[in-house]
Amino acid sequence: MAKLDILYFAWVREIIGCDSEQVDQPPAGVTVADLIEQLAARDGGYGQALGDQLRLRAALDQRFVPLDSLVGEALELAIFPPVTGG
Amino acid sequence: MSRVSIQEEGFDAGAELALLEAAGGGAVASFTGVVRGENDLVALELHHYPAMTAAQVERIVDEAMDRWPLLGVRVIHRFGRLKPGEHIVFVGTASRHRSAALESCAFLIDWLKSEAPFWKKEYFPDGGANWVEARVEDEAKARGWTR
Repeated sequence: MAKLDILYFAWVREIIGCDSEQVDQPPAGVTVADLIEQLAARDGGYGQALGDQLRLRAALDQRFVPLDSLVGEALELAIFPPVTGG
Repeated sequence: MSRVSIQEEGFDAGAELALLEAAGGGAVASFTGVVRGENDLVALELHHYPAMTAAQVERIVDEAMDRWPLLGVRVIHRFGRLKPGEHIVFVGTASRHRSAALESCAFLIDWLKSEAPFWKKEYFPDGGANWVEARVEDEAKARGWTR
């Protein structure tokens, strides 16, 4: 079965306590928001890190996407707070 | 001259400006971001998304090249642990026209703030640390450039 790498950055990474993990590729029709909601239901820091989607941004295969985007056949999903570079 | 560098080490803004001047356009604009020492800040740590950062900044530079007649663009963004007074970011543009050089430089720094995958963490003398929150005004500024 195809896999999806999930990467976490900044405080999302710190609260969850891991940089990245691999999950089974979600079925067709699943959005980034759906997947974040599933992850947020896990034990540990997941609920605290991923519970409020207004504080989160995402990228699929290294491109920023809105959270209502379909995960589709992407290989990499990154979840992080709004960026603060520059 | 490469257009984009995402690097841990520092840079020489003067040398970068000299390279842009050598492009011969007659108009060079630049922005240098420096770590502020407010609230007794000990260090600023810049995290980024290594697999994405350079490609994303290249896309931002492409957008600037599409919008303004530029002879040269240079963006350097550092990551890692920086102390107050150290450089964080350099944006330089060269053109035949001052308005193109100035506007594209402002565009690039606004977009770097809201469209490049960097996150800042502040460290204080009491051992406390704090992730910098994105400012609503910064997202609004970047949107202001939307065509």
